[in-house]
Amino acid sequence: MASKPRIKVPKSASAGEVITIKTLISHEMESGQRKDKDGNPIPRQIINKFTCTFEGQMVFECDLDPAVSANPYFEFNAKVPSSGTFKFTWLDDDGSVYEAEAPIEVK
Amino acid sequence: MKRLLIAGVVLAATFAGAGPVLADPVDDTLEIDGTPIITRTAAPEGHPFDELYSGWLFRESETRDLSRDSFENPGMIAVEDGEALWNTVMGTEGKSCATCHEDAAVSMKGVGAKFPKWDADSQKPINVELQINKCLTEQMGAEALPFNKGGQQELTAYIKHQSLGLPVEMDLSQGDMQSWWEKGKDVYYTRTGQLNLACASCHETAMGKMIRADHLSQGQVNGFPTYRLKSGLTSLHQRFRGCIRDTRAEQPKAFSDDLMALETYVTWRGTGLSVETPSVRQ
Amino acid sequence: MQLTRRNVLGLTAGAAAFAMAGGRFSPALASAEDAEKMVMDFTGGVTPGEGKVSLNTPEIAENGNTVPVSVTVESAMEGDDLVESVIIFADGNPNPAVATFHFTEMSGEALATTRIRLAKTQNVIAVAKMKDGSVFMDKKEVKVTIGGCGG
Repeated sequence: MASKPRIKVPKSASAGEVITIKTLISHEMESGQRKDKDGNPIPRQIINKFTCTFEGQMVFECDLDPAVSANPYFEFNAKVPSSGTFKFTWLDDDGSVYEAEAPIEVK
Repeated sequence: MKRLLIAGVVLAATFAGAGPVLADPVDDTLEIDGTPIITRTAAPEGHPFDELYSGWLFRESETRDLSRDSFENPGMIAVEDGEALWNTVMGTEGKSCATCHEDAAVSMKGVGAKFPKWDADSQKPINVELQINKCLTEQMGAEALPFNKGGQQELTAYIKHQSLGLPVEMDLSQGDMQSWWEKGKDVYYTRTGQLNLACASCHETAMGKMIRADHLSQGQVNGFPTYRLKSGLTSLHQRFRGCIRDTRAEQPKAFSDDLMALETYVTWRGTGLSVETPSVRQ
Repeated sequence: MQLTRRNVLGLTAGAAAFAMAGGRFSPALASAEDAEKMVMDFTGGVTPGEGKVSLNTPEIAENGNTVPVSVTVESAMEGDDLVESVIIFADGNPNPAVATFHFTEMSGEALATTRIRLAKTQNVIAVAKMKDGSVFMDKKEVKVTIGGCGG
């Protein structure tokens, strides 16, 4: 879980353009369905929420269940009204919050 | 519909029971972020095949697509972790890999295409994992990394990734490489385990056929460490051991003489294919 | 980790199967009825209509551990013509819920792609809820194959 999240956002866009954003974070997404080699259940530990905002406004959000694959990947679109910064957060079951951000310039 | 039919046959089939199901490598080309990847090429002299195919050509389109875009390739997380390790000071000498080798994009370019190499000190072939250990112990005052631990796979993936697109080109004229190649060839063709399978049983004789739903490739190693959809980042010797386990044989240790010989021979079998590390496989 | 056979089996079973039905441990798999009930819970009892939402999944998943799934919904994404959320179910998983996407006008388009785990061959279902309360559904069967090499 040491890896920093990977995000792909275009560096620039025209005003009002709809762009594509991709994100990938390193996480086991332990489903809670598995058992260890001694037969004990391995407790669930997943990223349960992913959020993308632009200058404080909600752009895209996802509630994740354990059926999302390890290393959760998202691709979605966003409308870019002006230059600003996209912020991304991933919430872990254990309370950890992983964050990343990416600026975009409107030409 | 054709795919559905194939799937039906596949699901019904077992390796032992059903007749051969032919499924040739697909007709497709791979570029990774603009870098052309050689996924089929003429085999070197003395090779049992005429043409070599990357395992990429045996995967379904969705899996192939994951390789095309380095962002979508989950194996690239490991490459980034490897990059961080490259720049991390390890050991009593206060050195990181970068202290001596500086920019990996320059210093490590080609390395992934040329290993295993002859190591005069140990009088054996050496692969990237063991070369990292050699640096750690002899230059950096650090402990050798145990198999698949401490970032060994990530660092290996990062180093090999610097050769993305370059054709595999081993030098068998160094030291005693030729006799290790011969030894590896023996390992490749020797049937082992309760299932009595050699590497060649699946990856040469049955290449292109299906084992249940698995489409048998040539077993090329040009994409290792590879990201398997099943189990994440997977090192070459881990895969060797997995295959051997599946024949229900005793597994040789990682980096044992048998597996080093096998790595030497199997790497040669992929001569001319591009380094694809980290490839994405099923 | 010491790669003993036992170890490897345990790990791959866990990783690959997530819930290989009929394995050494087989959590109860959801029934199609469970999934239907969850759809109705999501829509507030409204039976979803056809069209508008389209789900893109592979016909055959090469490995059930990582199956790419995309969903798009026809919408202007402005004013009242807005997709609020899309829920994804897998009706043969231990728990049918997979993910719920929430969109806003800032999304520009109601489109999302992710990668999911499927325990066996089953239907993947996407239900879109619009701002005006209407709901739409799409369903695709994904065949999950069983590997030949050790599972």
